[in-house]
Order: sequence, then structure tokens, then C-alpha cells
Amino acid sequence: MDLFDKFSPLIRDRDALFSDGGPVPTAICMDELVSQTVAIIDGRETILAGTNNYLGLTFDPRSVEAAEEALKAGGTGTTGSRNCNGTYSGHRTLEAKLAEFYGTQSAMVFSTGYQANLAMLSTLAGPKDYILIDADCHASIYDGCKLGNATVIRFRHNDPVDLEKRLRRLGDDCNKLIVVEGLYSMLGDIAPLDEFVAVKSRVPNSYILVDEAHSLGVMGETGRGAAQYFGVGDQVDFIVGTFSKSVGTIGGFCVSNHPEFEILRLVCRPYMFTASLPPSVVASATTALDIIRTTPNLRDKLWNNANRLYRGLSNAGFKLGAPVSPVVAVKVPSLEIAFAFWRSLVESGVYVNLMVPPATPQNWYLLRCSLCAAHTAEQIDTITGVFIKIAGEFGLLEESAGNGVNGKTVSINGTHPSVADAKRASRRRAGGAAAATG
Amino acid sequence: MLGPFNKEGIALNRDTNIATDLELDSLAVMDLLAAIEDEFDISVPLNILPDLETIGQMADAVEAIVQEKN
Repeated sequence: MDLFDKFSPLIRDRDALFSDGGPVPTAICMDELVSQTVAIIDGRETILAGTNNYLGLTFDPRSVEAAEEALKAGGTGTTGSRNCNGTYSGHRTLEAKLAEFYGTQSAMVFSTGYQANLAMLSTLAGPKDYILIDADCHASIYDGCKLGNATVIRFRHNDPVDLEKRLRRLGDDCNKLIVVEGLYSMLGDIAPLDEFVAVKSRVPNSYILVDEAHSLGVMGETGRGAAQYFGVGDQVDFIVGTFSKSVGTIGGFCVSNHPEFEILRLVCRPYMFTASLPPSVVASATTALDIIRTTPNLRDKLWNNANRLYRGLSNAGFKLGAPVSPVVAVKVPSLEIAFAFWRSLVESGVYVNLMVPPATPQNWYLLRCSLCAAHTAEQIDTITGVFIKIAGEFGLLEESAGNGVNGKTVSINGTHPSVADAKRASRRRAGGAAAATG
Repeated sequence: MLGPFNKEGIALNRDTNIATDLELDSLAVMDLLAAIEDEFDISVPLNILPDLETIGQMADAVEAIVQEKN
């Protein structure tokens, strides 16, 4: 009898897959960062096509300089929580900057994006309240629900009709918090937020929280995210986000116009019982938000790169997870092929994320590419070429070329997705889910 | 209703374990709950999932929710 007995099946699976000395997906170590888009892995110069560094700001000289100054002035850490000696003027400045960035009354900064979701979901909805979450929501949202006492209902992914049906079942006389993401990180599909806020406005006592983790800096005219892209930012009650993707550092936040929002500082346990962000991180996040707002060119570069990779892969016959977005998820048929394909990519100097169930929707095996504004056209073409070469070795493209919605007939115009594209995609996904589960 | 979820076509009874006999993973169980919600026009909270191990327990939970509604 051993505490670790329950992990035996997982230990067996891990050893069966990973014990031959080759690259292991969960144990990749970057020995050296050459740039935002290149690292040395196992002594090999590798193109990074799996990071969340969408705008390439991790080495921006302005953010680095701000962090260096704050580090020297404020030290390496605050050694305190926000409510007890862990709030420096920099934290206040960052919160003011966020409120300005989103045009909201209030902003709260957390130590990670994960904690921001834990905090909001466990606190906003209490024992008599309901949380309705999109089925494909991130683990941090599921975990936040577990930490709280609300009743949790799940609705079909990106399906406003299904959401409305489930809201109506609960009746008008209870508080209902709807939770969706702007851009879903597994497939890169976008939520039809205009339809979701319309549902919210039709059902009394309902609120909507949008997690813009992957859409902040990536969508919308000034980079606020998917809600801004759909023109519904003022109808979203709570926006949660992270500094660990396009902002290029670490931390999380929530912004809102609710008049009593500030009380959350006294009730959110994941805010109260953890150390606040170090001054250097706060300073680089503050600087990066300004860069994001004032540099739409970065978004154009990112979407151009996304289009280039998407077009290259779909023209070659790969099956992709969603319409074009900075997350391009390549579907492969099995765990064995996914793992072997991923290893070949790494050994060819291309790093992407290997994603497997239960993290993925509908038990898909994915080689997930994430684009960066700093990728060059040559790097994108190298990634595409390596994918095609390996797929050829595995005999994957012959059978799939030209099939399905992501086959050769797809044409992509312009650099940003159209609202119609996003809606078509959400219907397709919703229809697929219904067929699979009905 | 369990038909589409019974991939191996095993014989089902009240004691059939959802995870070990039907081999449904957590996502498939949540999809099954969504199908049950629509069939009976009820809300089945995710919160009760940890207490449901067998088909019988699931049926009893659904029965209780339907009773409460009527």
C-alpha cells in the first residue's frame, strides 16, 4: 500500500512512451533563448512555434528596461500579499493602466491568470447561484468552479442556443454567471460573443465573464480581445486575462464596471493568500500594455503569420482544428502518430505543443502551433515544410488531402477573421458535438 | 440513451460502473449528462458527478431531480 498507488496506470503509460531516451513533451528544456522565436533545445537551434508569446514582447527593450529599473528600485520580490504589505505603487499603477486599457471603472491584479480564474469563479457565484460554463473552458475555470460553492452547469461549446435553453431551465429568480473564453487555446476557435451577450441580455439576473487569456493583444482594434472585436466590450460584466501570453510576463487580472467590484479584494482567497507580483514583473506588464494598445502593427504581423502557416498547412491537406487564428491546431489520427510526429518535429528543429485528451476537445490528438508576430516568413515556411516532410514519411497526407472543411478548397482573404467565419465555425463545432452526444 | 456511449456493447444493469465498465472518461460522462438534461428537460449540476459511479446511482439522481421539478 502506497500513496502513489493511484498513479500506477499513469506511471506505466509514461514509462511505455517515454523511457527510450528521446524527447519527452513534458520535459523539454530550453537551454538558451536566442530570440523570441528561437531557442537551443538539446543542443539544436529550434524554431519556437508553440509558445503563447503572440506579440513577441518578451524581449522588448522597453519592457526589459522598465523591469530592470523596478528590480533595482523595489527589489526581487514583495514578500507580502496584496492586502498585507504586498501592494507597491507599481501595482496601483498597473491596475490603473488596466482600467484605462479596457475603459472600465475597476481592475484587480492577481499573481497568475490561473489564480484570477480561481478567484473570480469561486467568489462571484455563491451557494445559491449558478455558473454556466462552455464545455471547452480551460482547466482553471473548471478548478475555480470546484473551489467555490455554486451549482455548475455545462453548455455545448460555442452554442448560444444551447446556453439559452439551459439558462431558461434555471428560471429568472436566481443569479446566473455565464463563463466563456474569447479565443479557445486548444483549437484556436473564437466565441461568438455578440450572440452570447444577446442571450445574457434576454435572461434576467444573468452576468457574463469572458476569459480573454488568448485574445488579449491578439484581437480588437486596441488589443482588448474578442469582446472588443465583436463590439460588445461594454456588455461584458467581467473580463479576466493573463500577462503570461501576449503581455510577455506573468500575472492575471480582472476588470469590471460593477460598482461594488472592489469588495472582491476582501473575499477572493486566491487574491488574499498568496504573494503579490514582484516589482519587475509589474513594471514590464505595465509597459507592455501600452505597447499593445499603441502598436496595431503587431497584430497585423501576427495575423499575417497565422494566415501564412494556415494556408500552407491546409493547402498541403492537413486537417486543422478551426478557421485561421494565431493558434493553428493540426489534427492527427492517434496518440502513437501524434507522439512520433511531435518527436520528428523537435528533432527537425521545430517546437510545437503536443496536445492529447483529456485536455483536448472531442478526444482529438493535436500538434498545436502558436504564431508570434516576430516569426519571419522564412520561419513560417520552414515550419510548413517540416510538417509536410514528416507527414509524407508517415503517409498522412495522401488519404486526407482535399477532404473536409480544411482541405484545399479553403481560401482566406484579409488578415483578420470575419464575424461570419467565427459563427460558421461555432455552428460547425456545435453541430459536431451534438451529433456525437445526441 | 446510453446506446451511443456503450462502445463495447456490454450488457447494462444498475450496477454497471460508468468509468470502469462503460469506460467513459470524464468528458464523455459530461456529454452524457448534457444528453440527459435535454431528454428530461432538467438541470444536472456537474457538482454531483463525483457521487455517481453506477448507472443506478445516475438514474436515482436524475429521478430525484425530476421529482423535485414536478
